[in-house]
Amino acid sequence: MTHEPHCQEFHQASQKALKDDQLQELLNRTLKSGFQKKRLMGMARLPEYDRLRDQARDLKNHILDHLDAYLERFEVEVKKAGGHVHWAENADQAREVILGICQKAGAKTVTKGKSMIAEEIDLNDYLEDAGLSPIETDLGEYIIQLREELPSHIIAPAFHLSKTQVAETFKNHHTHLDPDRNMVEPTALLNEARKELREKFLSADVGITGANFLIAETGTAMIVTNEGNGDLTQNLPRVHIALSSIEKVVPTLEDATLFLRLLARTATGQEQSVYNTFFTGPKRGGDLDGPEEFHMVLLDNRRSELLGTEFRDILRCIRCGACINHCPVYGVTSGHAYGWVYPGPMGSVLTPHFVGIEEAHLLPSACTSCGRCGEVCPVRIPLPDLLRKWRVPAFQAGKPGGLQRLGLKTWAWLARRPALYRAIVPLKVWGLKMLAGKRGRFKSMIGAGGWTKTRDLPAPQGGTFQARYQKGER
Amino acid sequence: MSSDAARKAIFGRLKETLDQVHNPTVRLSGADQRMREAPLNLIPERGRAAGAARTALFVTEAETASAEVYRLKDLNAVPGAVKKLLESLGTSKVKIAPHDKLKALDWCAFVAEFGPARADDPVSVSWAYGAAAETGTLVLTSGPETPTTLNFLPDVHVVVLQEEDIAPNYEEVWSRLRIDAKGRKTDATLMPRTVNWITGPSRTADIEQTLLLGAHGPRKLVILLIDGQNPEITTT
Repeated sequence: MTHEPHCQEFHQASQKALKDDQLQELLNRTLKSGFQKKRLMGMARLPEYDRLRDQARDLKNHILDHLDAYLERFEVEVKKAGGHVHWAENADQAREVILGICQKAGAKTVTKGKSMIAEEIDLNDYLEDAGLSPIETDLGEYIIQLREELPSHIIAPAFHLSKTQVAETFKNHHTHLDPDRNMVEPTALLNEARKELREKFLSADVGITGANFLIAETGTAMIVTNEGNGDLTQNLPRVHIALSSIEKVVPTLEDATLFLRLLARTATGQEQSVYNTFFTGPKRGGDLDGPEEFHMVLLDNRRSELLGTEFRDILRCIRCGACINHCPVYGVTSGHAYGWVYPGPMGSVLTPHFVGIEEAHLLPSACTSCGRCGEVCPVRIPLPDLLRKWRVPAFQAGKPGGLQRLGLKTWAWLARRPALYRAIVPLKVWGLKMLAGKRGRFKSMIGAGGWTKTRDLPAPQGGTFQARYQKGER
Repeated sequence: MSSDAARKAIFGRLKETLDQVHNPTVRLSGADQRMREAPLNLIPERGRAAGAARTALFVTEAETASAEVYRLKDLNAVPGAVKKLLESLGTSKVKIAPHDKLKALDWCAFVAEFGPARADDPVSVSWAYGAAAETGTLVLTSGPETPTTLNFLPDVHVVVLQEEDIAPNYEEVWSRLRIDAKGRKTDATLMPRTVNWITGPSRTADIEQTLLLGAHGPRKLVILLIDGQNPEITTT
């Protein structure tokens, strides 16, 4: 059992989000005046940005065409450096492998760096059920772990919470501290978490991190962080486990560098993330610190199937979050409405593959086809196309009602008869214009209640598209 | 299912799909060639600064990322600068990387210890392998003389960086590592266990997007930049 998906509740969950003023304010602050602005500023500082994106797209395509060769080399090099490599077909196998390593190490406390793959396989619940204490150490992940929530964003997992909510969460969980302590300022909250987690770092037996890229040439995995938690997680315990999915492999150090020039700039507008850490095998002879054992867990979870489908381009994703930050739907619903681990445009492409289109059919259909996700993607994934492709099976899976089918059938019938179409559509346009009167808009209309409940529906202006096109307006 | 069985199944599916694009021999040699040649990708103009401009770019970018940079005329000035820093912090303890060049300095005035960091070390001094000027990024490698915990556990992290070790871009640092590995003439992997790119002190924006320094790693990153001996690349 991984995280139970709740994708079918998308409508109810987004309704709830829309009515949540605090969430709307946090969304606005985090996305519009936060990530979107910072990305623009970051781009402005690097004139070569777009050319780097082209190269990154081409390189990812090359990697996907040679994926087995690069994975084989990566495995060889990890072993050469003294590390262990474990392959996992699915979530169950990955969790079993990780638990096995922890048990063999006699582990009780396990610290964790931020990893979306660990979320994908719901690792924490599994380790807890087995009697271990997994502790998230990224501040955002720590907060949502205490609250037993899913991340609401892939790079800002707790942005949906106010500082007051964070303070309440800490008050409820850090019960050994003075209940009247000052918890007003974010700095006080950060210092409290820093102190609590410092003890965990020092007492952990095993540290688990994700990996942003795997470098085939040298058997190196690497993580990108700002807090430094990933480094304390991998340097202090006796055993380090890195967990990654198979499509994260890149050929060389130089190739990883291409993606690192894009990742932080696109995600947060930073010139570079604070810590880019490249790790290769366990502690070497003569080293004064570092883990004695290194394990690399490589998860497929049906990505190898995806490679052969029309959705293959999503495997280029480097998890920067830009599509999420710029999606107008995510921008009002937030991440939890999507009902599983990955939200927004990239999530609406991935989730149907992982949890099934029957469960996730509402997600591709929630897209407004505005195209922004495709425009901002640093590896130029055609996200709008992929979402549109999912709509075919999504329509079937959604078990469309009789009225919906009738409406679409009627339109299809008409569209296949161009002469009739050209005759009828202008009549409809004229009729709507007359009905709307001088105001030029409708306050309510049968069949469009969902629209007119919160805003007016404008009546058509001017001639039909076909008429205007024939007149030479283009 | 065992790891071996999973491996077999995963590679089976990959090969089935990929064989339709290239035949296996072409695929393998294509991948091999790229790893052998390690071609450079586009290096931005900013990553091509030379001489004094390169040093100046490094300093500007590091300071933009909230690092503090102090320029010293030679290595002998390091203990004095560290002493001043410790006094301002109200501590006398410092943990220093057991690097030859640091050990050779006169640390008499200190309660100075050499070795990896412990939880209660307030300040550390480490040795930078290099730096990339384009983003003000330090590059630190792990090894017997340069333990990695020094970079993350203490509240204040001091890094000694020689001006001649500042590369214009990341790629030139990789290239130096490749040359060093050839010099070792052993079969060991090219990479040290850990290579840390460090750009500014630790930070988080996880609480209401408020940027706070000192999340889990150092709250303060101090770079002691040792001016080069070559007058051409030394700024005034």
